[in-house]
Amino acid sequence: MTAPGPTRTGARPGRPFLSLAAERAMEAAIRLSGISAIVFVLAIFFFIFREAAPVLFSDEFKPLEFLFSVQWYPTSVVDIRYGTLALTAGTVGVTLVAMLLAVPFGLGAAVFVSEFCGPGMKESLKIVIELLAAIPSVVWGFVALTVISRLMVSYTSAPVGVNMLNGGIVLALMSVPIIVSIGEDALKAVPDSYREAALAMGATRWQLVVRVLIPAARNGLLAAVLLGVGRAVGETMAVLMATGHAVQIPHGLLDSVRTLTANIAAELGEAPAGSPHYRMLFLTGIQLFVLTFAVNLAADLAIRGVRRK
Amino acid sequence: MTRRPGRPTLRVLLVGSLLAAVAAAGASCRPKSDGTAIQNKGSDTMVNVAQAWAEAYRKVAPEVYVEVSGGGSGTGIAALTAGTVHIANASRDVKPEEAEQVRRNTGLSPVDHKVGYDALAVYVHPNNPLKAITFEMLSGIYREDGPLVRWQQLGFSVPGCRSDEIVRVSRQSSSGTYDFFRERVLDKRDFKLGSRDLNGSKEVVELVATTPCAIGYSGMGYATPHVKMLNVARRAGEPAYPPTVEATWARAYPIARSLHMYTLGEPAGPIKAYLDWVLSPAGQRILQESGYVPVPPSGEARQ
Repeated sequence: MTAPGPTRTGARPGRPFLSLAAERAMEAAIRLSGISAIVFVLAIFFFIFREAAPVLFSDEFKPLEFLFSVQWYPTSVVDIRYGTLALTAGTVGVTLVAMLLAVPFGLGAAVFVSEFCGPGMKESLKIVIELLAAIPSVVWGFVALTVISRLMVSYTSAPVGVNMLNGGIVLALMSVPIIVSIGEDALKAVPDSYREAALAMGATRWQLVVRVLIPAARNGLLAAVLLGVGRAVGETMAVLMATGHAVQIPHGLLDSVRTLTANIAAELGEAPAGSPHYRMLFLTGIQLFVLTFAVNLAADLAIRGVRRK
Repeated sequence: MTRRPGRPTLRVLLVGSLLAAVAAAGASCRPKSDGTAIQNKGSDTMVNVAQAWAEAYRKVAPEVYVEVSGGGSGTGIAALTAGTVHIANASRDVKPEEAEQVRRNTGLSPVDHKVGYDALAVYVHPNNPLKAITFEMLSGIYREDGPLVRWQQLGFSVPGCRSDEIVRVSRQSSSGTYDFFRERVLDKRDFKLGSRDLNGSKEVVELVATTPCAIGYSGMGYATPHVKMLNVARRAGEPAYPPTVEATWARAYPIARSLHMYTLGEPAGPIKAYLDWVLSPAGQRILQESGYVPVPPSGEARQ
């Protein structure tokens, strides 16, 4: 579309006004889509906060109970209590289990695909991994409910097949493809001169990966892990089906839990709009927001620390 | 030179899309302009079946629109008092003071049409040796202060349940089933935390079917061959009744309630036709498919 060569002055007769205007418009559109991310994040935060604010500033709101009580009884007849500690513990627990499973597998697969396997295998592996990423979360939830849950009841001492481990496995399966494809991109972005230099110095392939590639690609790899964490924290449908949806602090991998996201999904639809219960659910949305923000911030600071060293 | 032809096309496109939008808006507005509308509001327990009735009735009488909304039994009766609905759904009887309020406001009495029953069964895994259960045991298992957490405390163990934990299966806190179980069995007290709160009646039965340690409650209509239903007694020493349609009709089965539709005075015209259809075999089949128990065929439906 754009004219070839250095003709920014516009003196050339071949560049009519319309084409120039189109270029301007295109530029503005691209700038706008860049800024839109910020606008959307702020707008989402604003609207969620607006829904939650009335209860946040009311006398009935007890911040200590909200953060540190496990008792979540939003529709009680005798004593309504809104304690979210068990829900936060559920979200954190399931995410931790998922990351413990997904990060080694995901980064390992990324290293293998990018450094160790032949071109034919690389292509087929990438296609399969992308296919894995395309499976909808409700299908994963179904797998968790029917397949993993049954296996768990028959082969472990779990009293019930829907629990934290089940949710963690499903979330790991969902975040591995993201970690692999972004991690692989990060490794691919390391200039070949690094590899050549390392090999010329007599490094083995293992030393090349551990001493050169991973440190060089750490920002991209961390981004891959973070996006995996984001996927795990935010996932709703699959964890709703896989974790058992029980309000309790988990004491082991085989305990059922409930996550913040699943709780919102299950209750928001039937909480009357504008009621304290409804507003409390929005407040748990803010809590979720703060949680992911804290994770991102911590990772960012960690990277900066690594960089300074 | 290149500018000229560009503009008219743009204009045509713009006008075209505008016209299309107007046409679409017009089309979506049309179906409300004629026919009779019946306003139907109330019980959240009944909102699904009421919706199913309303949809099916469109095929029976295309000129009648039944508009259904939930909000709770009390909301429905309040709307009836205010005269804003034709039919109020309620999963409980109208209280005397509510009936009085209706009479004072409208000059007419609320007339009760019993349209079915909501009966909850207590489900366990087929391995579970338990045959009958009392409200006291259910409270011990489900209520916040209940002491029962292991099957051994009831004097037996369940084959296949290695941990011996009583896995409580419940419903999400906004469901009508949760509400009814809490009111009738737990005496309005709260549930013990840590129950698996599932999002559907069918899911409860499915989880119990695959979990030897589990106990759950759900609509009687959701029973499958892979679960066992317990007989229920109000208290120890009293006879335990099986969760059957007959025991529900006889008002012997303790975790059952009737579902009502209230009208202002005796219904007439399209409202009467609608209620008659709800009580007809076709309407009652829809009720049964939603997991409820139909009214007895003898015709004692109208009390």
